[in-house]
Amino acid sequence: MTIHPVILWTDALIFALLAAVLVLVWLIRRQEHLRAPWRVVAQRPMAMGAALVLGVFVSIGLLDSLHYRAQLPDSPADAPQYSVEVLSVFDALVDGLRARQEKTYSAPLAMQLYAKEFVQRDGVTVRDSSRLQHGGAHLAQADARLPDITRRALAGAAQGALASLLVFAGLAVWQARRMQTSPGAWLAAWRGGRLDWPARTVVLMVATMLMLGGVMMQLAAGYHVFGTDKVGQDVLYISLKSIRTGLVIGTLTTLVTLPLAIGFGIAAGYFRGWVDDVIQYVYTVLNSIPGVLLIAAAVLIVQVYIESNPDIFDTAAARADIRLLALCLIMGVTSWTGLARLLRGESLKLRTLDYVEAARAFGVSNARIISRHIFPNVFHLVLIAIVLDFSGLVLAEAVLSYIGVGVDPAMYSWGNMINGARLELAREPVVWWQLGAAFAFMFTLVLAANLFADGVRDAFDPRLGGRR
Amino acid sequence: MKPLLEVRDLVTDIGPARVVDGVSFHVAAGETYALLGESGCGKSMTALSLMRLLPDGGRVSSGAVELGGENVLGLPERDMRRVRGGQMAMIFQEPMLALNPVIKVGEQIGEALALHQNLGGQAAREAARGLLDAVGVPDAVRRLDTYPFELSGGLRQRVMIAMALAGQPRLLIADEPTTALDVTIQAQVLDVLRRLKTERQMGMLLITHDLGVVAENADRVGVMYAGELVEEGGRDTFFASPQHPYSRMLFDALPRPGDGGRLTTIPGQVPPLDGSLVGCRFARRCPFAIARCRDESPDWQTINDQRVRCHLAGTLPARIEREVTAQTTARAAKALLQVEGLKVHFPIRRGLIQRTVGHVRAVDDVALSIQAGRTLALVGESGCGKTTVGKALLRLVEPTAGSIVLGGETITAKNASTLRRQAQMVFQDPFSSLNPRMRVADILLEGMDALGVGAAGERRDAVAQLLNRVGLPDDAGGRYPHAFSGGQRQRIAIARALAVSPRLVICDEPTSALDVSVQAQILNLLKDLQDSLGLAYLFITHNLSVVDYLAHDVAVMYLGRIVEHGAAVAVLRAPRHPYTLALVSAVPRIEAQTGPGIIRLAGDQPSPLNPPDGCHFNPRCPYASEVCRQTYPGQTDLGNGHWVRCHWVAGQV
Repeated sequence: MTIHPVILWTDALIFALLAAVLVLVWLIRRQEHLRAPWRVVAQRPMAMGAALVLGVFVSIGLLDSLHYRAQLPDSPADAPQYSVEVLSVFDALVDGLRARQEKTYSAPLAMQLYAKEFVQRDGVTVRDSSRLQHGGAHLAQADARLPDITRRALAGAAQGALASLLVFAGLAVWQARRMQTSPGAWLAAWRGGRLDWPARTVVLMVATMLMLGGVMMQLAAGYHVFGTDKVGQDVLYISLKSIRTGLVIGTLTTLVTLPLAIGFGIAAGYFRGWVDDVIQYVYTVLNSIPGVLLIAAAVLIVQVYIESNPDIFDTAAARADIRLLALCLIMGVTSWTGLARLLRGESLKLRTLDYVEAARAFGVSNARIISRHIFPNVFHLVLIAIVLDFSGLVLAEAVLSYIGVGVDPAMYSWGNMINGARLELAREPVVWWQLGAAFAFMFTLVLAANLFADGVRDAFDPRLGGRR
Repeated sequence: MKPLLEVRDLVTDIGPARVVDGVSFHVAAGETYALLGESGCGKSMTALSLMRLLPDGGRVSSGAVELGGENVLGLPERDMRRVRGGQMAMIFQEPMLALNPVIKVGEQIGEALALHQNLGGQAAREAARGLLDAVGVPDAVRRLDTYPFELSGGLRQRVMIAMALAGQPRLLIADEPTTALDVTIQAQVLDVLRRLKTERQMGMLLITHDLGVVAENADRVGVMYAGELVEEGGRDTFFASPQHPYSRMLFDALPRPGDGGRLTTIPGQVPPLDGSLVGCRFARRCPFAIARCRDESPDWQTINDQRVRCHLAGTLPARIEREVTAQTTARAAKALLQVEGLKVHFPIRRGLIQRTVGHVRAVDDVALSIQAGRTLALVGESGCGKTTVGKALLRLVEPTAGSIVLGGETITAKNASTLRRQAQMVFQDPFSSLNPRMRVADILLEGMDALGVGAAGERRDAVAQLLNRVGLPDDAGGRYPHAFSGGQRQRIAIARALAVSPRLVICDEPTSALDVSVQAQILNLLKDLQDSLGLAYLFITHNLSVVDYLAHDVAVMYLGRIVEHGAAVAVLRAPRHPYTLALVSAVPRIEAQTGPGIIRLAGDQPSPLNPPDGCHFNPRCPYASEVCRQTYPGQTDLGNGHWVRCHWVAGQV
């Protein structure tokens, strides 16, 4: 089966961002003063644990950004026709989750639908909840469910433990060879916490994640782990698909924010005078308009544009994607002011320092002073702002989608999940798993991002430099 | 008699570093004990250990501190609070940081009074007024209701002292109490401390790096090096014959009046305190070190009433007084820099439309001239506008009026690049004058690139030459500034200025942030560079002993104007202007004071926003007459290019 790769706008930007980050990493590795604080980050157990969790989220997001359209099975080979449904590599990996659709709501790990309905049983119409098509379909009896779940969970945990043991053994051998000791000696050092990186936390974290993953995989093969939603889709699948949306919002928005904040902030602080006045008026005005108003207006404009130009967007995914991009843009435009204000203050301070005066005494041009003296010395602030803002943006998306001005309703996102769960919370018995799953995923991502940001800030903030 | 404070084998650790290692000394009531040493030797940490106010991660590992027979280290924190302030009090270096900026002075003193003397309301106010009177704050009643920012540096430091006295302490710890102050103010504050000590029979622990301050104030002296006390003795014997090589080198590193020779420097720097230190800690920098010094830590040896930790104590050659090499005589040459009528006025804008309501006359009609290969020192207290003169010369601050002629060419905004190739600047603080994110080679290349000096291919070689010239290793170019010590950073800053081969270098207090031994290295370097490259220096400083050592001519500045100008020997040996007289006599000297008595100036320098009518100096001048209050004095020529602006001198001539 051939495929037709699809590159959505956000995909292109995400991979451009990834490339930029890789280039940055390469540059940082070469500069001692940039590498040193990162080494401090790498020595903090909390930051490293959080980084691992973030790593898993980012991998899922990246896999989910490689889009394609599959060839229709009955299309001719010489003029292939492709499905209108845009899939991603991640979809292919978890094909089972995507395909196993039920009729409507079902509770986590259930084998029946949540709602009761009239069913024909042995010629009699009774009111009962019918069996799911996929969830627990392999079981003959209802009372076999609990033992089956326990067995699967244990098997998954065992598989995870085995995998983590293998990984750990590999790590021990590799590290021992690198440090030119025996694996036994390395293990002793590991147990005593005498290594120069938080190896115990990392190993423990990897083991926990592998075991959790093992349990999930085992259970998901036979059940809907987080239940199903209104149209019977697996909530676990939706939650995982939402990761990409969250990451896109968190990262691409910063991409819009940074040039504005850095450019305006440094220009205002460095040049002062009328430049400072103009920039300050602009961001004071921008700050006094409610952000939600601007965002709603922008999203509606894009919506109208999409609807009046249907021929530009060949798939529903492309339409949702352009709306997501618009959301990132407008959120970026409304959120650069804080960082710009910070950078303005810092530049005001830096421009009076002796090394800037010395450069001016040589007649060095303003552009060069900014790029060589000011920017490198505010870069740590930019970095801290990026990681701190990330979690705020992920949460903002949820709020915006909830009030209906966020991403496209057809798009998988935690905000849409919460929005969808809103009405069902009022129903009896309550449908809680959609909200719960969105909450759990968002909580994990934001907590990891915040812990990581804490580590980054502690390492980069010169005011905290002395005490650790 | 039992001493007031007894410290025995005090050991303090901060993390892995042992910052104080086995220090023992005692202070009697009514006595001043001075702890002397370079920065990083553990002086302040000793004081903080006594107060039990160590920074995070610091702890007193062993030893005993007894204050009036009470073991301070054994007290629970509850009782310690009573001891702090009540039994021993501390004054800090930077009075602005030690006072709360949003609470009125009277309330801050009242807080201490309420805590230690249970005074409140009117009684506290009376007591606070009494304290301010005691520390010599004029107009004490009104000052009670001012905020710290309304007071000048000297007054703030006095308020700090008043607060410290509120608990009627028996021991006063003064940690570099005057380092941040100008000499005339320093003299006032030290007077107050001396008087209070005698009046109240307090013990005083004076921490300083300034031998002059020690000579004038201490009864006994302890020299610290790398966390250890290395020498101890009475002031007179210590100054007559310092025994430890380190103490001797501290003396030799000081520039002496009338001396034009090379200064003795102490090579290397204080060793890091976190490693294991074997043998004598000074051995690596000591010119007398023998094999034993490197293996065995010396024990205390007593010579007369001095104690010293040195294997060679008593056997060292007698101290040789350095030959006083006279300054090279004046060379008649054409002026390299000629400045006439330089004015820098900063507008003060107020209101909605930023209307100019007045001017701060930072520099007001200054004329200077420097000949090639010579040094002009510009001397004055902080805030007199001397740094602004330097910056205006380089057009870092746009001058309001005046002409600058450099090498025969009048400098305007258009040919500023000519100026930048011929004149460069070395800044005060080597920690803020080098970009921490740039490699040393890039820092040195910046000027050459910007001004297009030399062919691009040759610049790398030029960098190596420059590093060599200022005495830095060849591989320094690839490293970042943080890898260097303060003295080395200042060398980098000098190399940066030299990169474009200027003929004039403006040095803005280049040694005031450095230790004495490092200062000697930098001064030697500047002198060598002047000899080999024929540089002219404009040396901006408040340190008169440095001026004495380096300068050929001196200009004394007060409130934006030059009040006395002449050859260095003439101005410093026979000053004529009352301000210069006071400035020269206020410098604490190691040698016994000779000649006319010390002149103490009252009050502070007025604000340049609103200078007094007539002669600017008249409110502080002991010789002021009616004419001084009305007209600004003209120039009175005293011959040999020595002139002053003073009615009093004019009347004498």
